[in-house]
Amino acid sequence: MITVKNLYKKFDNLEVLRGINETIERGEKVVIIGPSGSGKSTFLRCLNLLEMPTSGEVWFEGQQINAPGCDINLVRRKMGMVFQHFNLFPHLTILENITLAPIKLKIMDKASAIEKARKLLSRIGLADKENAYPAQLSGGQKQRIAIVRSLAMSPDVMLFDEPTSALDPEMVGEVLDVMRELAEEGMTMVVVTHEMGFAREVATRVLFMDNGQIVEQNTPREFFTSPKNPRTIEFLAKVII
Amino acid sequence: MESIINGISQPLSNWWAGFREDFINNFITDNRWLFLWRGLLCTLQITFFAAIIGIVIGFFVALVRTTNIYTGKLRFLNGICKLYTTVIRGTPVVTQLLIIYYVIFATVNIEKTLAAIVAFGINSGAYVAEIVRSGIMSIDRGQIEAGRSLGFSYVKTMWYIVMPQAFKNILPALANEFIALLKETSVSGYIATQDLAKAGDIIQSRTYSAYMPLIAVALIYLVLVVGLTACVNRLERRLGRSDNR
Repeated sequence: MITVKNLYKKFDNLEVLRGINETIERGEKVVIIGPSGSGKSTFLRCLNLLEMPTSGEVWFEGQQINAPGCDINLVRRKMGMVFQHFNLFPHLTILENITLAPIKLKIMDKASAIEKARKLLSRIGLADKENAYPAQLSGGQKQRIAIVRSLAMSPDVMLFDEPTSALDPEMVGEVLDVMRELAEEGMTMVVVTHEMGFAREVATRVLFMDNGQIVEQNTPREFFTSPKNPRTIEFLAKVII
Repeated sequence: MESIINGISQPLSNWWAGFREDFINNFITDNRWLFLWRGLLCTLQITFFAAIIGIVIGFFVALVRTTNIYTGKLRFLNGICKLYTTVIRGTPVVTQLLIIYYVIFATVNIEKTLAAIVAFGINSGAYVAEIVRSGIMSIDRGQIEAGRSLGFSYVKTMWYIVMPQAFKNILPALANEFIALLKETSVSGYIATQDLAKAGDIIQSRTYSAYMPLIAVALIYLVLVVGLTACVNRLERRLGRSDNR
């Protein structure tokens, strides 16, 4: 579904990604972990071209999306993204946050967009918040809304960029629960996270990145019990699991 | 006792009689208030249309400049916009007005009011541009990324997500700019436009009294500014709904 070939990304003179080759199949839940500065987020942001790769190819559903002539705006409709800092639109109500893209991009008419948004909201237990503004919600609530906002576009894949890193500890659980549910429904997911518990339970595959490269990958069970690369072993020894 | 009251009321009634006479002489005789009325209309006309030109130029320049910052595109246009703001902000508005009327429109027979509108519009645009640019830059990059990741184009992201938030933030600064613009148009008399300030001068030249016309002109400007401020405050409150916690 997503194929990355020989991906390089440079910021000025800093080489952040150094030759990544990876394929993500439909239905997979790929969790990317690694020390900070290893290029995890940059890699994720290259998948929907929020960062333009310096060289290499990114393919999505049989189309090279970083080739000239590809309409990236159409591609992004099918790739939902959830950010560390939620990035809800503060000037719009919750309902408007969710329906803005489907309505303005003419994917749905207003009535059915609202109906879908309400359905999604009640699924995450926030149906009573539809007229609230983002500033009135807790971090956990905001992130759940942000997930739902992406889902309103009916994406084929969801990209999560450290979705729980900016949350108070007691709110991490509610966000992970929504993601877990999503995984169970069969959504293809690529998740950059520091939540090892989530990686262990939900991932079908764990990628370990260091220094701009994927140095090891495996099923979560194998990955956490018998890591092979010395950098992985060192990293896992430092994190609390 | 009576002499004390007389001592106060006598000068008071003298003053009142003088004031009354002055007032009639300056505003009623020969319908001189009409100068003020026409001057007011002229000032409002110049301010209103100059503000519109200023907004159009200002938003355009601000969008060009921020697009250049965010995407690296429009380099040539960005250079022109930078030059424009530098020149306009670096020279006095009276000089700009005179150049527009006596140099640029020297060979065409242009209505003076129109020349003033063009001059003040171009002048205001430079200030509006900087205000709008600061407003756009104050919006978190994450807002643009969120918009783009949902499939909005850069332009649509700006329109639906960034500009509404930026507009709310810059409203006080914009109001300030238009208040300044309204008062700045008082120098359009330099090209013999018959605006409000000029109307005061005209009355003064007929009646040889400075006090009445000047105070009247000042009061009218004050009322206009207070009215404008009240409108903006209402708008600000309406746009501030999403800040409620």
